[in-house]
Amino acid sequence: MADSTAATPTTTPLTQLPVVGKSDVKPTWCPGCGDFGVVAAVESSLKRLKIPSHNVVIVSGIGCSSNLPHFLSSYGFHGIHGRAIPLAEGIRWGNHGLTVIATGGDGDGFGIGAGHFIHAMRRNVDLTYVTMDNQIYGLTTGQASPTSTMGQKTKSTPTGVIESPIDPIALALASGATYVARGFSGDVKHLTDLVANGIAHKGFAFVDVFSPCVTYNKLNTFDFFRQRVYKLESAGHNPSDIVAAWQRSLEWGDKIPIGLFYSVERPTYEDLEEVLAAGPLATQPAGLKGRESLLDEFV
Amino acid sequence: MNEIAVRVGGQAGDGIASIGESVARSFSRMGLHLFGLNAYQSVIRGGHVWFQARASEGRPYSPGDGADILYALDRATVDIHSAGIRPGGTVIHDPEKFPLTAADLPAGVRPLAVPTLEIARKYTSQSILQNAAGVGATAFLAGIPLDLLHGVLTDSFGRKAGDVVDWNLGASADGYHLAEKLTHPHDHALSKRGNAKLLMTGNQAIALGAAAAGCKFLAQYPMTPASTVMHWMAAHSHSIGVVVKQAEDELAAIHMAIGASFSGVRAMTATSGGGFALMTEGLGMAGMTETPVVVVEAQRAGPSTGLPTKTEQGDLNQMLGAGQGEFPRAILAPSNPAEAYRATINAFDLAERWQTPVLLASDFHLSESMMTVDREEIDLNVPVESLFTVTPNGHDYRRFQYTESGVSPRAFPGQPGLNYIAGSDEHDERGHLISDTRAGIPLWISERQRMMDKRMKKLRGIAKDAPPPVFEGPAGAPLTFVTWGSTVGAVRDAVVLLKERGKATNLLHFPTVYPLDADAVRAAFARTKHTLLVEANYSGQFGRLLRAETGIYLSDHFLKYDGEPFFPHEIVARALEVS
Repeated sequence: MADSTAATPTTTPLTQLPVVGKSDVKPTWCPGCGDFGVVAAVESSLKRLKIPSHNVVIVSGIGCSSNLPHFLSSYGFHGIHGRAIPLAEGIRWGNHGLTVIATGGDGDGFGIGAGHFIHAMRRNVDLTYVTMDNQIYGLTTGQASPTSTMGQKTKSTPTGVIESPIDPIALALASGATYVARGFSGDVKHLTDLVANGIAHKGFAFVDVFSPCVTYNKLNTFDFFRQRVYKLESAGHNPSDIVAAWQRSLEWGDKIPIGLFYSVERPTYEDLEEVLAAGPLATQPAGLKGRESLLDEFV
Repeated sequence: MNEIAVRVGGQAGDGIASIGESVARSFSRMGLHLFGLNAYQSVIRGGHVWFQARASEGRPYSPGDGADILYALDRATVDIHSAGIRPGGTVIHDPEKFPLTAADLPAGVRPLAVPTLEIARKYTSQSILQNAAGVGATAFLAGIPLDLLHGVLTDSFGRKAGDVVDWNLGASADGYHLAEKLTHPHDHALSKRGNAKLLMTGNQAIALGAAAAGCKFLAQYPMTPASTVMHWMAAHSHSIGVVVKQAEDELAAIHMAIGASFSGVRAMTATSGGGFALMTEGLGMAGMTETPVVVVEAQRAGPSTGLPTKTEQGDLNQMLGAGQGEFPRAILAPSNPAEAYRATINAFDLAERWQTPVLLASDFHLSESMMTVDREEIDLNVPVESLFTVTPNGHDYRRFQYTESGVSPRAFPGQPGLNYIAGSDEHDERGHLISDTRAGIPLWISERQRMMDKRMKKLRGIAKDAPPPVFEGPAGAPLTFVTWGSTVGAVRDAVVLLKERGKATNLLHFPTVYPLDADAVRAAFARTKHTLLVEANYSGQFGRLLRAETGIYLSDHFLKYDGEPFFPHEIVARALEVS
C-alpha cells in the first residue's frame, strides 16, 4: 500500500480523481484465457482500495500475461522479459508514494526472472507481485515452463518434462516474502480479496494465480483446478503460522490449497532505507549546491 | 617540466595503496600537481602491487616514465622496478628483509637501508607500522616536509584510537630523521608551491559529478574497476540524499535505474564490460521507452573476464552496438578526473534532454588513477530543475508524440490525467502496442517507420548538443595524434616531450565518441597533415568508427592491448618512427 505521502501535490482532491478502470485497449488474449479473470481482479482490487489511477503503476515483463498493463487505465511499464521486478523496485524507490504492482507469467517470474523474484522478497520491497501461472510458455506457442508438471509433453519436451517444477509458494516462503497467497482465476471474487489485501499489505505481497492457458496447456485446465482447489480460509489455516504455511505449500495432488498461506509484518526496504525518510526521492531536492564542504575530503 | 616521481611496491596486503596515497596526498597538499597510478592484480593477498606518485609543478597527465625514488617492501619489487629508476635515484629497503647493494642496481641509482621493522618494534608488535618508517624516509628524499606528512597521516587514520596515530607519527619521524642523517633529498625534490589541491580518482569524480547533476539513485553490482563509484556514493548516501542500491546482478541494476528514472528521478548505474554485456537489453529498453539513464562503463582488459585490474579501451564496439535493433545513444569519454566530473554532468543533461541512454566511457586507468584538480574546476553549483516542473498538456496527452526534435513531452506517475504505458514493444504516440494486432497492417507499417524516425532523429540533435572534438597544441603541426578517453593523458605528455626535442605535434581528441558530428569532424581534420591514431585496443575501434562515420582514414596507428596504460615515451618513440 502506498505511503500517505502523495506522489505529487495536486489541487484536485484525490477522492475526485478517477480510480483505475479499463483502458480503451481490448485484451488480446485468446477467448477463455485465465488472464481475463486476473485483470478483472486487479481492477476490482484497485477500485475497492480507491487508489487514484495516476498513483498506480503496473509493471510487467514479456509474455501473454505481461500485456496486462495496457488493459487498465493506470500508469504502466511494459518492460522486457524477466525484468518486471527490478523495474518495479526502481519505480517504488524513485517514488514510494506510488502503488506499484508487478505482473507477469511463470516463465517471466520463475524462469528468466527467478533471481530478481527471490531478492525482492528478501528485501521486502513494498510492492505486489501477481503471477499468471499457466505452467506453459504461451506466447512462444507452447514450450515447457518452470512450473510445468513432470512428464508433461510440450513442444520443447516431446517425450515429457524431466525436471521437477518450481513451487512458487515454497520459494516465496523460503525467500522471506511477507504476504504469500495463491489464487485461481476461475474464482475472481476470492482472487480479488487476495490481490486487494496484498496491495494493502505493507511489504512484498506475492499472489501466484492459477491462470489456465486454454490453447497450449491441455493438462492444467480450468476443470483440473476446479476439481482440486480448496480454500485455506475454510480449512482452519492460520496464516501467521509459518510452519503450517510450509506444510500447506507442499500439498499438491487431489487437493490443492488456494488462499492466504502466510502473512507477517516486517519493516519494508523503504522503511529501512534512511534516505527515503525525507519523502519520495522524486520530490526531494537534488544536486550539491552549497555543499562545498564535500570537497574537503579530497584535500 | 620539473617533476619527481615516487614509486612504492610490495605484495597485495602490504598496504601499498595507503603508502602511495599518503605520498600522493602530501604532494597535492604542497600545492603540486600529481598523477597517481595504482597498479594491482586480481588477488587480495600476495602478488605484486605498486603505486606511482608523479608530482610536478606543471600538470602531469600520465604516470610518466620511470621514477626517482623506489620504496621496495620486498626483493621482487627491486627486480621488477629497478630498471625504471632514473639515474640519481634511490631505492629504499629494509636490510632485515633483504640486502641490497649499489651493484644490484642500475648505474647512478643507490640503495638506502632503513631498518623499518626495527623502528616499528619500538612502538608495537604489529609489523604493518614498518610502512610508516618507510614513508618517513621516502618523504625526506622527496622533499615532503615532515609536518605536512604528519598532517596527512593523522587525517588518514581519522577517528581511530590515539595509539595508532601516535605510533605512525613516531615511526615516520624516525624514518624521516634517519634518512636526513644518512643522505640528502633527491635533486629533483620540489618545494611547496601554494594552496593544497584536490586529489581524486576518476570514479570519485564521476560519483561527485553525478550527485552534482542531481542523480538521486545509483544501482550497481560490484565489478572492478567500477565499484568505487558505488563506494563513494554509498559513503555519502545519507548526507547527500542519494539512494544506493547494490543489486543482485547487472540486469537488475540497470532496470532499477530505469525504473527510478521513469518515476521522476535522475538515475545511474556503473559497471565494467562484463556487467555491461548483461545490461544491453535494458539499455535498448531505455532507448525504446525514451527513458533517460546514465551508464558508466569502466572498461578493463578483455575479452571475457580478461585482466580485471588492467586497463583497455576495448569495449567501444560493445558500447556502440549494445542492444538489439537501433536506438539513439551517446557515448562520452572524459580523459581525467576533472573532465570526468564535467562529463558526468553533461551525460545527465544529455540523457534528460534527449530522453535516451547516455554512456560514460571510462576505463581502469581513468577510474582508478588519481589526479590533482583545482577547486575552481569542480563547480558544485549545477542548476538542477525538478523533473516535475513541466507538466505536459493533459488534453490528448501523447507521451511519444511526433515532434521536430524527436523529443516528446514526458509525464511521470503521480501526475493526474497523463497516465500512459511505457512499452518495450513498438508503440504508437500514446504508447499503445503496434506489435501485437497491428503489426504488418498498412497504416501501422508506416506508423512503425515514423516512430523509428522520431527516435532516431534525436541522434542528429545529440551530435550538435554534445561536446565537440578538441584540438590541442600548435596549429599546423606536421603530426596530429588522434585519440580518446584516458589515453589522451599520455598523449598530452608526449606532445610536451616531443616539443622539448624540437618536434611540433598536436592532438585531436573526442570527448564525445558517439554520435560524431561528421561536418565538425571533417572540419577538424582539414587542419591536420599526418595523423596517428593512439588507442588501447587491438583493432583500432575508434579509428574504424571514424572511418565509418566520416570517411576519414588515419595515416598511422599505435595500438596497445597489453593491459598497461600508454606511457609517454612509447608514444614519443612511435611518433618519431612515423614522421
